[in-house]
Amino acid sequence: MELLLASGIGLLAAVGIFLMLRARTFDVVLGLTLLSYAVNLFIFATGRLSIGKAPLIAPGVEPSLSNYADPLPQALVLTAIVIGFAMTAVLLVLAVRGYADHGTDQVDAREPRA
Amino acid sequence: MTLALIVILPFVAGAVLLATANAARLLSATIALLFTIAAGALLALQIPAVASGAVLAAGWDWLPLPGARFGFRLDGLAAMFAGMVLVLGALIIMYARYYLSARDPIARFYAFFMLFMGSMLGVVLADNLILLAVFWELTSLSSFLLIGYWQYRSDARQGARLALTITGLGGLALLGGVLIIGHIVGDYSLDSVLAAGDQIRASSLYLPALILVLLGVFTKSAQFPFHFWLPHAMAAPTPVSAYLHSATMVKAGVFLLARLYPALSGTEAWFFIVSGAGLLTLLIGAYTAVFQHDLKGLLAYSTISHLGLITLLFGLNSPMAAVAGIFHILNHATFKASLFMAAGIIDHESGSRDMRKLNGLWRLMPMTAVLAIVASAAMAGVPLLNGFLSKELFFGETLAFEGHRALEFGVPLLATLAAAFSVTYSMRFIHDVFWNGEPQGLPRQPHDPPKWMLVPVAVLVCLCLLVGILPNTTIEPILQFSAGAVLGGPPPEFTIKIWHGINWPLAMSVAAMVAGAIFYLLLQRLFSLHDIVHLPRGGKELFDALINRSLAMARSLTGRLQSGHLQHSLAIIFLIATVAAALPLAPGLSYGHTPLTPVSLPAVILWAVGCVATLSIAFLYARRLVALVAIGVVGLIVSLAFAVFSAPDLALTQLLVEVVTVILMLLALYYLPFESPPERNSPPRWRDAMLAGLIGTGITAITYAILTRPTASIADYFLQKSLPEGFGTNVVNVILVDFRALDTLGEVTVVAIAALIVAGVLRMIVPRVVPEQPEAGTYAPVSLFLEFIARVLLPLAILVSLYMFLRGHNEPGGGFIAGLVIAVALLVPYLASGAKTVEARLPLNYEAILGAGLIIAALTGAGSMLFGHPILTSSYWSPELPVLGKIPFATAMLFDLGVYLTVLGGVMLALVRLGKVHAPTREGN
Repeated sequence: MELLLASGIGLLAAVGIFLMLRARTFDVVLGLTLLSYAVNLFIFATGRLSIGKAPLIAPGVEPSLSNYADPLPQALVLTAIVIGFAMTAVLLVLAVRGYADHGTDQVDAREPRA
Repeated sequence: MTLALIVILPFVAGAVLLATANAARLLSATIALLFTIAAGALLALQIPAVASGAVLAAGWDWLPLPGARFGFRLDGLAAMFAGMVLVLGALIIMYARYYLSARDPIARFYAFFMLFMGSMLGVVLADNLILLAVFWELTSLSSFLLIGYWQYRSDARQGARLALTITGLGGLALLGGVLIIGHIVGDYSLDSVLAAGDQIRASSLYLPALILVLLGVFTKSAQFPFHFWLPHAMAAPTPVSAYLHSATMVKAGVFLLARLYPALSGTEAWFFIVSGAGLLTLLIGAYTAVFQHDLKGLLAYSTISHLGLITLLFGLNSPMAAVAGIFHILNHATFKASLFMAAGIIDHESGSRDMRKLNGLWRLMPMTAVLAIVASAAMAGVPLLNGFLSKELFFGETLAFEGHRALEFGVPLLATLAAAFSVTYSMRFIHDVFWNGEPQGLPRQPHDPPKWMLVPVAVLVCLCLLVGILPNTTIEPILQFSAGAVLGGPPPEFTIKIWHGINWPLAMSVAAMVAGAIFYLLLQRLFSLHDIVHLPRGGKELFDALINRSLAMARSLTGRLQSGHLQHSLAIIFLIATVAAALPLAPGLSYGHTPLTPVSLPAVILWAVGCVATLSIAFLYARRLVALVAIGVVGLIVSLAFAVFSAPDLALTQLLVEVVTVILMLLALYYLPFESPPERNSPPRWRDAMLAGLIGTGITAITYAILTRPTASIADYFLQKSLPEGFGTNVVNVILVDFRALDTLGEVTVVAIAALIVAGVLRMIVPRVVPEQPEAGTYAPVSLFLEFIARVLLPLAILVSLYMFLRGHNEPGGGFIAGLVIAVALLVPYLASGAKTVEARLPLNYEAILGAGLIIAALTGAGSMLFGHPILTSSYWSPELPVLGKIPFATAMLFDLGVYLTVLGGVMLALVRLGKVHAPTREGN
């Protein structure tokens, strides 16, 4: 599983970065979304992988890392996901506004000369 | 307390002046004068105690650990200097009232002036070396403001910048030196440092400390080779020059020489550096002054030369020379301030400072002429004036100096030469301005100024005469009591007399007078002094070149990194990040050996689907709708991954965010081209793909390495404390709303700000694509089926959301998730019926919800502070209610309610605003 997750994160990051280097605003937003998936998963992964050990304290189970997944990266990622949405929203309206004002969705707001 | 008040009063005056900036001009001057007099009176009250030999001190701890105290100390030297600063300050305040024109903002002038005066008093009275360095920098800053007072003039701005850079850098060096001294002594208080002279001189760090301190001194006191800022500071209004370059700013440097004399002097290094710089400065300044055509330029170089003289005296390592140095500090302050003010009067009344035009003013402004001539004579060292006395002492000290034969012979000779130059430029000032023919094309017909402009000059000139004629009764007691403080012991026996009989110093004086006069005549008759252009170059040019070069370098580097093309800039950022990440991994990345989690078939299938979806985006991104579907799939897989790896809260959040994100993108896409055009002119795609692939591989390797290494986490703490101290079993939620609630507060604030940005950016937008509008008043559901579902779904969804919220502290859920749930549910009617219909039925103000959420979250946090706990401390309350039984209730839940409302308001605000983009344009039409 570790290798699956690691390679998945790598692929998400690679495609995300590739898209961020494109010349159109919407593509950059798509790339950033993929990159934030990768980053969120990466932060989450620093807590290591565990299956069936959700950090919900159950009576009679000693509250330690051997019985529960690491809750701290989860808490960090939870807010990161929501903030990621907020950031995506801001970028999208900037893209919309840029297109409305400049008539092009090129990232530098000017069409390259042919 | 009184001591602190002396320093603080001018600062208070500055604030008062700025607050009454629109008051009458006379009022501003009066305020400044009254505060100065008050500080002076406080100082005067302390003088008897100081004169009897006491050292007064008062202060409070400021930064106890590094040993910085906010303390002040008054001894003879400090009292003398503070007196000089205040007396000259008061006179110049009077003078400036008449000097500044009606167009100049006078309150600002006086505010800066008082700020400077306070800083200078702080330097003089500081009891602690660190505090002294702080006030030292404050004098640099406030002098910057004063020199650049006429901010519309480019020479004023450049002069101010030059002065600030040079003296500011010197201040940094001084701070370094002071820290070293404090390190050697173990204490920064002046008493300890002054008593530890032997310890400091014996230390191996003595030389670095000395050099750093002297860098501060030399830059401030305009010693060679840092003297070049001073002539450029002449762009300041003349009252500023009169203050900064006679009594205060430049004297701060020599003050420090005197202050630290017991701690640092007496070594060979001290002698060579201090007296060497002093001698060079004395000569260069005096010689250059002769050739200045600008009145203030002449005075500026003369100031440099006199500062050199004082520095030289302190460098000679003899107690009597130090006394002479202090004497000359006072004398120079009096005659130079009066000369600057006289030059200001001439400039003010005639409209020019050029000595090639200013001639024959004796008949036109006789009062000014008398005062200026006496002051110049004092500067030249004519008998019966104060300048003569200190010059005689100076000559005597150069003769008394014992050392190498060449030095014993050379120092007096060079001193005489410099004195001859000073006679020459003083003669030039007198003869050129007041005689030497008629005025040449002056803008105005000059005449004597208003009485109150002359009074300050007259007071100072009288002082020159008084000290010059009656030294025993006037200046000797002051010198006696300040010299003791400088030397850190009883001062040498001395009396100051006008007539010592015929001796070597007198002979040197006579020689300097004669040589100076002959030199002036020669220059006048043979070379036509007015035609000689002698503009010293070097310092300013070097400085400008340095500044321009570094600016150009910064500009070119920035231009290369941030070309204004996003693709280029991003590629560079990614490249640098890659290098920065790869460098520490260069020796090789080691993997750990923790047992791996077993692979299951469904996991592999999900992984494969995710990979295909991700890769398909890379190839199909130009077809945006398809890419959007694929990104939805990827988000779903990520959410499932969270669910598989024991993170139910994350899985829920990711799922809900994915829904709103896709809807948001879909909305945005409506106003954007549906397809990316084929790329032209951009860097080849394979290069981006290589970079992206490289980074992806690296991230895979690092992630795998982390996953296989054993973990050492602080998580046990959270797991153990969650229930007993956070009152919840869902540790993730407890972390969010309790342990790290302050972070969460910041994060929901970010969400709120982002939503407001969205609303702001979409104001007054004129979209390229205008959506079709249903006629007003007609009812046009987008989809009857969807609308029916929505009606049934909404109440249910609200219930689910509440349930998620209420159980969040113990089970997966909480404010974030519940807020997202209700947002998703609210979106359905929007999609089904359109915004108009929904808002008619369900008038929700999302800005208000957003604001209410933030306020609740912040107030809950502050609430715990009311009970004396740190911010956002949770308390628990479990009321026993009839029927329902025991209801757990932690205040953290109230905080979570704030999160809930903020997330709901923020998400809905962003989505609804984007969905209603057409509205303003129709109003605009």
